[in-house]
Amino acid sequence: MNLTELTIKQSHEGLKNKEFSSVELTKAYLEKIKKTDKELNAFLSLTEDLANTQAGKADGEIAKGDFGVLCGIPCAIKDAILVEGQKCTAASKILENYVAPYDATVVKKLKEQGAVILGKTNLDEFAMGASGETSAFGATKNPHDKTRVTGGTSSGSAAAVAANEACFTLGSDTGGSIRQPASFCGVAGLCPTYGAVSRYGLIAHASSLDQIGPLAKNVEDIETVFEVISGKDKMDATSADYVYEKSNTELKNLKIGVPKEYFAKGLEPEVEKIIKNAIKKAKDAGAKIVDISLPSTEYALACYYIIGPSEISANLARFDGIKYGLSEEGKDLLDVYLKSKGHGFGAEVKRRIMIGTYCLSSGYYDAYYKKAQEVRQLVRQDFARAFEKVDLLFCPVSPFPAFKLGEKLEDPLSMYLADIYTIPSKLAGLPGLSLPAGKTKSGLPVGLQIIGNHFQENKILSCAKELEA
Amino acid sequence: MISKEEVKHIAKLARLELTEPEVEKMQKDLSAILDYFELLKSVKAPGRKSLGETKKANVLRGDKVLPRAAGMAEKIIAGAPDKKDGYIKVKTIL
Repeated sequence: MNLTELTIKQSHEGLKNKEFSSVELTKAYLEKIKKTDKELNAFLSLTEDLANTQAGKADGEIAKGDFGVLCGIPCAIKDAILVEGQKCTAASKILENYVAPYDATVVKKLKEQGAVILGKTNLDEFAMGASGETSAFGATKNPHDKTRVTGGTSSGSAAAVAANEACFTLGSDTGGSIRQPASFCGVAGLCPTYGAVSRYGLIAHASSLDQIGPLAKNVEDIETVFEVISGKDKMDATSADYVYEKSNTELKNLKIGVPKEYFAKGLEPEVEKIIKNAIKKAKDAGAKIVDISLPSTEYALACYYIIGPSEISANLARFDGIKYGLSEEGKDLLDVYLKSKGHGFGAEVKRRIMIGTYCLSSGYYDAYYKKAQEVRQLVRQDFARAFEKVDLLFCPVSPFPAFKLGEKLEDPLSMYLADIYTIPSKLAGLPGLSLPAGKTKSGLPVGLQIIGNHFQENKILSCAKELEA
Repeated sequence: MISKEEVKHIAKLARLELTEPEVEKMQKDLSAILDYFELLKSVKAPGRKSLGETKKANVLRGDKVLPRAAGMAEKIIAGAPDKKDGYIKVKTIL
């Protein structure tokens, strides 16, 4: 039996039946990481001591007999989410030596359940990018084709699951950062409703959009992790009073909307074919397929790249060389700010800070930021109208499969287009799942995106399980 | 096309030191991105009514000191590059 190929459920059964211990399971993953990750670069750091201690403790709980599904299960955490006493770099030079002073709420919840933390996964710097390549510590390579990107920004979290380097991982999604790498790497990834999961302890990118979610080998595992990490947190005022309840919704009782704007020019034919097949599968299972329109879709990307960077320019002001991280010598305080930020941030982070500062600067605010907020409202209305007619939406996650390393790195606008199908629902705060739907002729995975109404993760996951079977 | 001077002005507002080649690349990139934003000019804004659609009310907490783990303040200060006697040190500003 290859321990690292097991799902959460299978690992749990194995632990229960004393086929192996959590210490053995943890050792298997750490060995696997040491064997394959030099090439993949999915991990920025290993938390081996923590993992071994946690695994030992989990085995104690398991011996007592009454233990939760995540107890003793090895996982990995995106390096933008704080794990107390461990480095948290956000893949940026400016936080290269930053040690987290506390646990993020999601990490606290995983620890309470006895999950074992193997290490911190790679990402685009401060979760800004669409390929994993803006990491200051090198890009993660796609396990399906090492000349290609993993997608981003949860690049390491997606690759680690795909390469059996972790049983499940946590990522974060601001414009598509869980769903798009999940699609490129052929794993399941859920971006929850805005507010369903606490953001406390997630290094902020754009606060009105950021959301933590799980990546895993299958939908059942996604559900298990989501159930644990979701819910109200007094440390995050935007977290919602929400308790996940499993649903037994079946495809045959559902109306599924297919937004025509997501099948327009730019969508690669091979991806289109795979997504159309998945829609047909739902139809064969008895779902009613409804053509719908989301007319504001074409404005979503521009809207996102005003709102996101505007929030970034405010959120990243804290990295000033005074409170944490890299600090450069300067002749006065202003000089310290200029040099620390100038030397500490990479090109994409600087670009977004510049866009945001421009959009918020005197004389431009109305034309950009205010306008974008109005457009965001239109995008929300589109979805609200759609969900009056249908239960779920089916569409692609990205217009293309994983592209070559370096292909889009020098052209920011073409990189931004990789998230064109994940951004609109994010602007509306809706939950979305990337479900592996097939592979291209050259063996690259393609994900189907299932979007639900607010807090209807249960409906999404129930139908995804049916499709997966 | 936005000018080099504009790029430098924005960089100063953002407290970001840019090298000369960075200024040039930024000028090119920002111009392309800002051109793309022109797309929004054609959008007709929704009326005031629909803007009030968000149902969420402000979430406020009481003005109380929340309990924190012992040693949290020390840990946070430990992360600062320059500190003295349990305080974060900042360069003289006057």
